[in-house]
Amino acid sequence: MKINGEIWIVAEQVKGNLKEVSYELLGKAKELAVKDGFPVTAVVMGSGIGALPADLIAHGADKVILIDAPRLLLYQNDIYALVLENLIRKYSPGIVLFSASYSCSELSATVGAKLRTGVAAHSIDLYYNEQGELVQVVPAFGGRVLGEIFCPLTRPIIASIKPGVFKKQAKDTARQGEIIEEPAAGLEHYQSPLKAVTVVQEHLSGVPLEDAEIVLAGGWGVGSAEVWQLLEKLAQSLHGAVGCTRPALDEGWAKGEHELIGVSGKTIRPKVYIGFGISGATHHVVGIKDSGVVINVNNDPNSPVFQISDYGVAADVKELLPKLLEKIEEAK
Amino acid sequence: MNIAVCVKPVPDPKFYDKITINPETKLLERNKIPMAINPSDKNAIEAAMRLKELLGAKVILISMAPPEAKEVLKEGLAMGIDEAYLLSDRAFAGADTYATAKTLAAGLNKIGLFDLILTGSESVDGGTSHVPSQLGEMMGMPHLNHVMAVETEGDILKVKTKIENGYMLYEGLPPMVLGVSKEINTPRYVSLMGVVKAQGKPFTVWGLNDLQLNADDVGLAGSLTQPGSLRTPPIDRKVEMLDGDIEEKAEKILKILYAAGVLN
Repeated sequence: MKINGEIWIVAEQVKGNLKEVSYELLGKAKELAVKDGFPVTAVVMGSGIGALPADLIAHGADKVILIDAPRLLLYQNDIYALVLENLIRKYSPGIVLFSASYSCSELSATVGAKLRTGVAAHSIDLYYNEQGELVQVVPAFGGRVLGEIFCPLTRPIIASIKPGVFKKQAKDTARQGEIIEEPAAGLEHYQSPLKAVTVVQEHLSGVPLEDAEIVLAGGWGVGSAEVWQLLEKLAQSLHGAVGCTRPALDEGWAKGEHELIGVSGKTIRPKVYIGFGISGATHHVVGIKDSGVVINVNNDPNSPVFQISDYGVAADVKELLPKLLEKIEEAK
Repeated sequence: MNIAVCVKPVPDPKFYDKITINPETKLLERNKIPMAINPSDKNAIEAAMRLKELLGAKVILISMAPPEAKEVLKEGLAMGIDEAYLLSDRAFAGADTYATAKTLAAGLNKIGLFDLILTGSESVDGGTSHVPSQLGEMMGMPHLNHVMAVETEGDILKVKTKIENGYMLYEGLPPMVLGVSKEINTPRYVSLMGVVKAQGKPFTVWGLNDLQLNADDVGLAGSLTQPGSLRTPPIDRKVEMLDGDIEEKAEKILKILYAAGVLN
């Protein structure tokens, strides 16, 4: 079945601030729109978010559907899903793209079930094939395998997209677009069976992993919390960010899930990536494969991690880290 | 309290780096990989067992899988689950998450009424994390995914869900469908006594004809998404090993950093 309808992106906002992934979704939607000729529409939901449509237009939206209602202040799956379901039924878009954050991937699955349409999860690529079908590429088996997903029979096609995978367009404040205000249809008579009591979100300091030009990532081979501190010091002196693998997170060395790189974490593309004590497991490596220069330090000269590196250093992490720190301090 | 835990047998994730694609058939070569209960489904079993111990409950396990999954599912019984239901039929093969949720919902509806339906937040093989939400919609129950904690206060369920760098806290009344993530608990080990007891517990196998479903509701025919070809992502680079003593190695790394423009 042909795709016959607009490409929508559902913008993700937290406390009135758009998440980067919203711009990345627009970037991809623009690319697809070149092929199918439909305008790109961004849907943004929340309360007191009147300033956001202009920002979405500046990043590539041709149209913005704004749903600004007090009950949308906090993300709540059932409420957001109901409003989106009604909106999609009204406009019948061809494709709807969501962020693959915890809340938006849940939202994409819920809306898909309500509309009885197919949803592809955590897509890392989207393109039209020669038959004009939308190919959604998704990772499976911890990133070891990439599979194609098609949605042949139902519309819209829904996909959630991993943050950091697609490139955003340059901001152009001179861009013009249409803003359509819609009510939060469906909520008039809806009483949620759930009550959102609190939202607790940590404010993170330091350079965000996804924005850093240099990322130092540590794995299980870092070996101890003491050596991990050296890794953090080195990142600080290089104005870089610290990333980690799942084992380093489970050991409690890394600061939290926001430092996790890979299939279940972030996708990054820094100018330089240096891995310390990383085994080279696929679920981590897929998150760094588009980095500029990849350096890996591992005490095993035959470690498989060197196969995915531009430069390999067979060395003990706990000896090399202090040496690097010393050299960089000298160089300053 | 009646609790159901939905479980998926998956190829053991310890072996995923060994998975290859046959260049001719383009199919996964995973037949040598042993099956295991999906990790976060084990957290769901543990969460159910803790509620059972705290409040008293009957806990059943349900799974849609090939017949040989029976042995894997017995681990759930050995962990303390009271009864197991395996939904198994050739017609179920090739199901996407939507058809899977539909089949599970039909099985659950046939078994009875539940106060709580628990499952893992995502499977480690496909990893969509869609089933908890789709199952919730099909059961007509409130649902939350990525659940980090569940507590009860009288009749009220207090549910903590994961968001980026934080969490949300919800309150609501049962019934509910919850997808639990690995932070919620550490699953218990199976005891020898548990294994012995598991042998005597009820284990029901149902096929398509036992459920209120048609062949085109289930499996590949009932799926809204269809799989295309598979490939392994190209991630290899041509490596140059930096040699010398530790001093020289550090200096060589610095040179690379200068050349890349991340150090001035």
